This record gives sequence, structure tokens and C-alpha cells, in this order.
Amino acid sequence: MQEVTASALLTNKVGLHARPSVKLTQLAKRFVSRVEVATSAAGPWTDAKSPVKIMRVKASQGEVLHFKACGEDASAAITALVDIVARKFDEE
Amino acid sequence: MERRLSGLAASTGLAFGPAVMFRAVGEMRREKGPVASERQALADAISASLEAVAALAESLNGEAADIVGFQVALLDDDALTEAAYAAIEGGAAADTAWRQAMVDEIAGYEASDDPYFRARAADIADIRDRVLRQLFDLPELTSAPPGAIILAQDLPPSAFLGIDWSRGGGIVLGAGSPTSHVAMLARGRSVPMVVGIGSEWEAISGTVVVDGVAGLVLTGASHESIERARRQANDLGRLREQAEARKSQPAVTRDGTPIAVMINVADLDDVAGLPPEACDGIGLTRTEFLVEQTLRDEMAQFEAYAGLLRWAAGRPVTIRTLDAGGDKPIAGYTLDGETNPFLGLRGIRLSLRHPDIFRVQLRALARAAAIGPLKIMLPMVTTAQELEQARALLDAVLVDLAAEDMPHAVPALGIMVEVPAAAMAIASFDAAFFSIGSNDLTQYATAAARDGLAVAAYSDVLHPGVLAMISHVARHGAETGREVSLCGDAGGDPHAIEALLRAGIRVVSVSPGLLAIAKDAIRDVDLSVPDEAA
Repeated sequence: MQEVTASALLTNKVGLHARPSVKLTQLAKRFVSRVEVATSAAGPWTDAKSPVKIMRVKASQGEVLHFKACGEDASAAITALVDIVARKFDEE
Repeated sequence: MERRLSGLAASTGLAFGPAVMFRAVGEMRREKGPVASERQALADAISASLEAVAALAESLNGEAADIVGFQVALLDDDALTEAAYAAIEGGAAADTAWRQAMVDEIAGYEASDDPYFRARAADIADIRDRVLRQLFDLPELTSAPPGAIILAQDLPPSAFLGIDWSRGGGIVLGAGSPTSHVAMLARGRSVPMVVGIGSEWEAISGTVVVDGVAGLVLTGASHESIERARRQANDLGRLREQAEARKSQPAVTRDGTPIAVMINVADLDDVAGLPPEACDGIGLTRTEFLVEQTLRDEMAQFEAYAGLLRWAAGRPVTIRTLDAGGDKPIAGYTLDGETNPFLGLRGIRLSLRHPDIFRVQLRALARAAAIGPLKIMLPMVTTAQELEQARALLDAVLVDLAAEDMPHAVPALGIMVEVPAAAMAIASFDAAFFSIGSNDLTQYATAAARDGLAVAAYSDVLHPGVLAMISHVARHGAETGREVSLCGDAGGDPHAIEALLRAGIRVVSVSPGLLAIAKDAIRDVDLSVPDEAA
């Protein structure tokens, strides 16, 4: 199975805070692939479908989010996740 | 037997209804059963909590829905519960296992440098208590009868949001403070609330009267007392309606003295639905939230000020420059770790130390002044030198704007009077206008913190010493032809208005929600008769 990776700069003011975390995980759950997120390309990797785990990452504005997906819709998942970060989670 | 308990009024109005206790889960402990039953008990409590929160989220909208929606997402995530289930397998009782798991989760949030993440610890505590209430079979407030009086030591915001307030009701808290989040929610929904009555709330039952005007709670109320409360509540409701009906008419005292009533705002959202002719302009614009988000973004600030001037349609708009510090920290701008931030670097003191950021705001203000009568108000001014330094910065900005051919105008430059030393030495300030910040002036003059529950009674604008300062400033303004206004909470308080007018105040600025009530209170004052209180 092919693994797809990409990264995006977190530019929204509050970072990966409550609402953005919920939006990110809801989006990730739409895909069957395993989707993970990290604030460093070397990991540690976190399940992007778990709001509890994402909140533990505490990613703030200015950090780079790295995404990794593995599964049949991995590319689509990565495209969508990078896009929602670039859109500042439609919040600003 | 009828008993009166006195506390602090946190949200005005009168309510009476059946007492409903909201007990904190505190130190309650569960009898431990076999592992399988503990596991089942936690699973049941979590699924019942999830169901309740999801239903609550459905019924809300806006920010409240987001807060609760976040709790739904967390409760629905196995990652939240796995540590608790592991502890149960290891022999812990369901409540102990759950509590410990949440202690660890909360510690993770509280360890963050980022205030946004730290604040979310309150959501985890809310989730923790909700599940514990299920484990201990404590009733949820959502099942409280309509019009109930909620009694508690303290009340989490989610509990407030879960109650149907459309058919009345009130709140009595043993602890709490008038400045708490839940008190703000109560004022927003016009739910009468009294806080700080002490441990007595635990003994209250039956019908309770909450007097959010006087800060009183009446228990074991007689039939007559309840009837009286009913009449007062009706009268208050009628007065409010009457006041609303003549909101757009000018405020003139009985003896014919016109009083200008302006409004305090932060942005255009605050004036939504308010016709500009209902007020005499904007007496205070708080820019902390705006500037925190746009520290160096002149264009964004200009747009915000321009929007207010366009709304005011020719009426004066007073904009206070950044008043950070005190209880309004801005990361990377205000000083960390001050032992007493209210007596530290705040307001103009900070602005003069950050001229690069101050300059951005002054440029945006001078540009917006081309659109309408804009007035700049400097907060926390203590010495005349601060006013002159700010004026020099403003003058330099005006020279730059002229050189750039950028449309602009010269705004009036005034100061806020909230430092007692400045109030007493008012003649040393060559300001275009003075605006008395009565909240801070009162807390500084009475040496009683605004948010300190135990000293709240001292922090009284009607203290003769505070009124003397106000009257000193008003007299100086009248003698020198400079406008003196008052823009603290007292300006919208019907109990304080007469004393303020007698002290010489002829312009007040109040929050838009108090505009109608303040105008009606002014219409009741007769300055031609001698002061009864004097």
C-alpha cells in the first residue's frame, strides 16, 4: 500500500485548538486510510482521527503540520487535510 | 420561617421558584465492585454523558454550540477513556480510574504555554464532572423544572447553557463572583443571579426568591413575600419595556437638564440592531481585542474605526488606545509575572514603551478621523508628561500622513481619568476632553480590587471620596470648557446616576444593553430639588 505525505504551515491564529481539531478529525474520518499528523517530519505521529490525541499535540500558529496517510484513498485524504489547514479551517 | 441571606448582585432582576440543588461531585466515592461491573459502570456513564452532551449541542448555536461540540468530540473518542479502562483492569474503581485519567489529561492542557490550550482544561473538567454525575446518579440540571432557582457552590458554564431559561428562573451561588464567566452569561440572558452567600445555600429548600437588584436571597418565603416579589418582577419587566419604548428619545432630567448618553463598544457587533439616533455617539471603544489581532496591521485597524464612524453617522466616536495589562494581558506585549498587574505596566504606560505598535494605531486613528468626528482617548494617564509624549507621537504621525498625501484629519486628544492622582491634579492636563473611568478610579481610590469578592462592598462609586474626585474633575471641565464624561459601569447603574449627575456629570457612556434603563433613570432625576442623600 502506498504511503502519501505532505506538510502545511499552520497559519490560523489559535493553532490546532478546539474547533480546528474537531474539524480536522471530522475530515480525516471521511477517509478509510490511516491518517497521521506530526509537528516534525521525524514524528512522533498522532492519529489524525482522534481529537483527544490531536489536542495533546498542542500545535500552535507558525508550526508546520506534517501529514502521512496510508490506504486506498491516501492521496485524496492528504489533499483535503492540507487544504483545510491552508484555508485556516474556514475560521478567519 | 422566612430568612434573608445577603450576597452580591451578579445579574439584575427578580425571580422566584422552586429550589433545585446542583451539588458538585467533589469528594464522593463509589463502592468498588468486580472489574466487569466497574467497566460496565464507566461505559454506561460515558455513553449517557455523550448522549446528553450531543443533545445539548443540537439545541445550541454559535459559540455555545462550539464549546459543547468540542466536548462531544472528546467524549466520542476512545483515546479519552483508554487510560481509565486500563486502570479498571488493574483493579481501580470506575470513579477513581476516571478521575485519575482526567487529572492527567487536564495536567497536559495546563502545562501548555498557550493560553488557548490552557483554557480548554475547563472543558475537560466539565466532561469529568458530567461523567462522575452519571456514575453517582446525580441529576442533571437539564431536568430542572421551568423557572427553577438553581443553588450551587459554583456553576460551570456548560451547566448554565444546559438549562432552559425561557420560562424564568434564577441562580444563587455559595461562591462565585460578579465577574465570572457564568455571571456574564446570566446578565446576557437576563437571569437574576446572586453570588457569594456562603455555605448557607446547602440548607435552602422550598420556594426561593432571588433579588438580583439588592443582592438578596429570601428562603421559606411567606405568601406575602412571594406576592411582593411577583409584583416587583412584573414592575421591573414593565419598566424595562417602557424604557425600551422611549430609548431613542433624548435623556432630559425633570428640571430640564439635557444629559448626553453615549455607548461603550468594542466593535460593530455591539451595535447590531441599535439605531445610531438612540445614542449621542460612542463614548468608549475598547480596542484590546482588535489590536491584539492586528498589532501591526494599520489597514485592518483603519477599517474597524471607519466602520464605527460610518455607523455613528456624524456623531462623535471616542476610541481608547490600547489598554493592555491589568486583567487584559497580550502575549509578547504585556509584562509577565507582575505581582499586581493593576498597579503595573498597563494602558499608556505600555504604549509609550512600544512606540512602534502605538504608532500603527495612531496612524489608523488619524486616517479614520477623515471620515467623521473621531476622538482619541488615552487610558491610565498618570502624569501630564505622558499626555505630551503621546501628543508628540501623534503630531509626528500627522506630519508623515501629510507627506504621504494620505487622507487624514486631526483627532481630538483626551485622557481617561482613572488614576486618583491624575483626578486630583486634573488642571495639569492640557487635554481636549476628560472621560472618567469609574471602574478603575473606584478600585484605585478605595483600595479594593474589582474582582475581589470579599472586598466588593468597599469598591463603591458612591463613596464620598470617589464622588469628590468625580466632582472635582467635572468642575474643572465646566470651568475650562472641556467635556467631562463618565464611561464606567456606574454610568448605567440606576442607583448611581443621580449622585453622578449631582457631582456634575452631564455625559455618560454605558453598555448598549443598559442604554434604555440609564436614560429612564436620568429622566427621574430632579436636580432643582436639594439632594436628599446629602
